Amino acid sequence: MKPPPFDYHSPRSVGEALEILAATGRDGKVLAGGQSLIPMLNMRLAAPGHVVDINRLTELAAVTVGPDGVRTGALARHAQVERSGPVAAAQPLLRRALRLVAHPAIRNRGTVVGSLVHADPAAELPAVLTLLGGSVRLARRGAVRDVPAARFFTGPLESAAEPDELAVSALFPALPPRSGTAFHEVARRHGDYALAGVAARVRLDDDLRVAAAEVVCVNAGPVPELVDVTGDCGHRAPGTADWGAAARAVRDRIDPEADIHASAAYRRHLAGVLAERALRDAATEAAGG
Amino acid sequence: MGEPVGGGTDIAITLTVNGVVRRAEVPGRRLLSDCLRHDLGLTGTHVGCEHGVCGCCTVLLDGEPVRSCLMFAVTADGHAVTTVEGLAGPGGELSPVQRAFAECHGLQCGFCTPGFLCVVTALLRENPVPTEEEVLEGVSGNLCRCTGYQNILRSVRRAAEIMAEER
Repeated sequence: MKPPPFDYHSPRSVGEALEILAATGRDGKVLAGGQSLIPMLNMRLAAPGHVVDINRLTELAAVTVGPDGVRTGALARHAQVERSGPVAAAQPLLRRALRLVAHPAIRNRGTVVGSLVHADPAAELPAVLTLLGGSVRLARRGAVRDVPAARFFTGPLESAAEPDELAVSALFPALPPRSGTAFHEVARRHGDYALAGVAARVRLDDDLRVAAAEVVCVNAGPVPELVDVTGDCGHRAPGTADWGAAARAVRDRIDPEADIHASAAYRRHLAGVLAERALRDAATEAAGG
Repeated sequence: MGEPVGGGTDIAITLTVNGVVRRAEVPGRRLLSDCLRHDLGLTGTHVGCEHGVCGCCTVLLDGEPVRSCLMFAVTADGHAVTTVEGLAGPGGELSPVQRAFAECHGLQCGFCTPGFLCVVTALLRENPVPTEEEVLEGVSGNLCRCTGYQNILRSVRRAAEIMAEER
């Protein structure tokens, strides 16, 4: 298995990369970590005429933590974000999700922003960005725009990034006070894509009763979708909230597909079980332990 | 390198492989695994699945384990690569990890072994006393169809012991 031939570009600045992307249009493909793109090239599932390798744009490797959350540059590797103490303090869900992404050797090369642009509904990071209400920053020659997660994922393996745009960074917002998160998934083998997975976020009010409870399921539809179960679990303390009703609501609202690995019914069942676990854990964390 | 380089045109690259500066001229699509094997003659890096699943082609890029089949040689230009050929000492004496694999029967056919040796070398360098769980996580991305993994796990623990004794 060898990749098809392509013209290779190795820009030395973001500006140069944007010029190249503007010129190559639909025939150009950005190469960051390559952990999804290169398998697709090796298997000849993709055959771009031009590959634009952004690995020399070290200006895009920054991970910054601020009051608004964690911003990861397009060259920030999974492992780099996973190991960062400040990132884990500002947004613990990132490390939890990253530990479920493939294997350490893949995470040493793969990038967080690359996983978002790849837009695989079976992947963890699109679910995390959607749950947190994050955004992806897209640059094109002379313009920059931030696209919220809800509009960024447009279909399986399709994102809102236009051919002449480069995803330069992503913002994972910090959690409001009295909030907690959790990520649970079931995979056949460690590091495989999950049969089902659930990211959950719970926020409590001043009386420590559930004010908001939301989940995003992995592998449960063409794009990651936020499922708000606040009304289903009841405005109660985490210990007495009806997490079973919330899990049933999740099962009813998702649309998983059957494939060789699992039936749609089994995926739906798993999502319900995992949603209940994840919501309970997130609520426990929100309550402070 | 700002100018595009066409599919048929070779690109001059310089890699530091096992401490030795090596030069090659490769097309953009040349995988690092193929560059090591075909252009540089280092056939210790094995190629199994070529889509990142089996881990046989794992090498160390600037000290970190990566899949050499999921990286273009041109992207590695200017970086340091360690392959299985670079793990032994200058006199050819086996590294602690290599000795442990031999001692504990951590290999049978040997096809997956270069990948395991590179991954375990990096794992123990970063974490000299890993827990069982950390060892499992560390080797979880490498497939072995012979050993059933138990002797590989023993080899990792033994390698950690040897390294502790020799410190």
